[in-house]
Amino acid sequence: MNAPQVSLKSLDTLWFQVGGTVCNLACTHCFVSCSPTNHTHELMTLDEIRRYLGEAARLGVREYYFTGGEPFLNPEMEAILEAALAVGPANVLTNGLLLDPERCARLKKLADASDYSLDLRVSMDGYDAASNDPIRGAGTFERILGGIRNLVSAGLNPVITVTEVCREAATDSGKEKFFELLRSMGIERPRLKVLPVFQIGAEAERGGVYESWQRLRDGEVPEGGWDHLQCSACRMVTDQGVWVCPILVNEPTARMGESLADTLGPFTLDHPACWTCHAYGVSCRT
Amino acid sequence: MSKLTIHRGMATWGEKLVPLADFRKAASEAGLALSSAERTEALRSHTAALGDPTPVEGPYARIAVFGGIYNNHLALERLLEDATRRGAEAIYCLGDLGGFGPNPEKVPPLLRQGGVLAIQGNYEESLASGREDCNCGYTDPRDNHFAEISYRYTERSCSPGFKAWMGALPKRRRVRVGSRELLLVHGSPRRVNEFLFHSTSPVPFLEVLLDQNRCDGILCTHTGLHWHRRLPSGRDVVNVGVIGRPANDGNTHVWYALLEAREDGIAVELLPLAYDHQGLAAEMRREGLPEEFVETLLTGWWTTCLEILPARERAASRF
Repeated sequence: MNAPQVSLKSLDTLWFQVGGTVCNLACTHCFVSCSPTNHTHELMTLDEIRRYLGEAARLGVREYYFTGGEPFLNPEMEAILEAALAVGPANVLTNGLLLDPERCARLKKLADASDYSLDLRVSMDGYDAASNDPIRGAGTFERILGGIRNLVSAGLNPVITVTEVCREAATDSGKEKFFELLRSMGIERPRLKVLPVFQIGAEAERGGVYESWQRLRDGEVPEGGWDHLQCSACRMVTDQGVWVCPILVNEPTARMGESLADTLGPFTLDHPACWTCHAYGVSCRT
Repeated sequence: MSKLTIHRGMATWGEKLVPLADFRKAASEAGLALSSAERTEALRSHTAALGDPTPVEGPYARIAVFGGIYNNHLALERLLEDATRRGAEAIYCLGDLGGFGPNPEKVPPLLRQGGVLAIQGNYEESLASGREDCNCGYTDPRDNHFAEISYRYTERSCSPGFKAWMGALPKRRRVRVGSRELLLVHGSPRRVNEFLFHSTSPVPFLEVLLDQNRCDGILCTHTGLHWHRRLPSGRDVVNVGVIGRPANDGNTHVWYALLEAREDGIAVELLPLAYDHQGLAAEMRREGLPEEFVETLLTGWWTTCLEILPARERAASRF
């Protein structure tokens, strides 16, 4: 069985696994199995990031995303954000636990000082503790709400990111429950992003692995090609080099090179997670 | 607790738990490791200039450029007067003639009378090709709901002749102003419905876009918000805004751009344009268009099609 290839049309979105696979949580649905002891990928340094930002500017990258693990476990995270915001818009994907009022005030300052947009994405997996905590950990629901409150008080309106582990999040009525919760916290126009689950990493253990039919096959190219896949316009940088996308960093075969220039060629879509991106129209972008 | 300590000294390779060193070795052996010369060449060819056979119009000393009429024939009338009064030798429209406002058939006679040179927006592309939606590129269900009301109204109110005329419009134009060659597009040079907002169009991205399209400036619309960025290379990117609805800033006027040749390049001026917005609001109510749209005209704040706004533009907005 041959898998199709996707070309990189343009490098618009550059991701950084800035928190490595190190996290202060160990969510049961994490597709990269992050935990306090997972050092598969390490925290990245400001110096490493700067090198890639320089190369990214030559390629005309449009936006930067920071994820982990938990990005704010990285002691240089705010300096890294400042460096990124000097050259383009930035998004940070966080679990919200380290968003104390002082940090939120500093983030607001960084946002105001830049010409470009800063978005914070806070993950939750339910609209109450009963649905969220079994996935993200005991007591996390209240702590996430605390982080969101601190962002809002500082004048930042986060994008709440929910996975379809919370089955209701896929429906309009389920989304409305999240909107109600956020409005009750004083967010006039709440923002919500819903992502499907990737049946890899910890999630494979929780929800089951892919079946053999869930693969992309050569000869089944959709009309318009593979340009709808985010890997046609993104790359992911970790402390161990450049990978095709934010999903496959725990697959050594998805590592494409050391510098961005090494990774401008096509990628073979032979991982079942590629099927999820295609079938669900996934973009990890905000 | 095991979840928190299980990974000590180990790596997660897919679903497997392997010694950290095994993962790192496999990772370091995967992918390409180009030589320094090969890397330089890869960067160069990835950002190389694209061929574009679009003929160059002009040269002009002064042009007016606007976008997003959205059926706002009253603003269009004022624009033609204003641009002529300011000495524009040519008037260009960057597309999106329909949507939002009332009575689309009032637009084509004004365009003819003003000698407006237009390109296709996503609206014209959709109407001319019989597409089911406006292809604005919204992702939020509420935005799409209101976009659909606009599109259906415009779709059934446009004559087949007007639609055919839209289908014959070029997708881009190249115009010389003084010594500068400007590329006119609807969304971006890459996609008709790409959003170029000020806060999400960084300088390095725009410099590469200009290199690839071999021009001294790009003029675009589509977002509804006007801005101008003069790049370190001295080139310009201008989102000319729209004349169809106000700029989400609590003012009822709309915006367009005037470009003038100067000895050392061009001068770019973004101009506010007042029009009879109360007259248009009354006409929209007579046509049964949503009160949400009318409110936008009367208050200057967007009430629909705004989930797409980036963080910075959203923070400046009321809703």
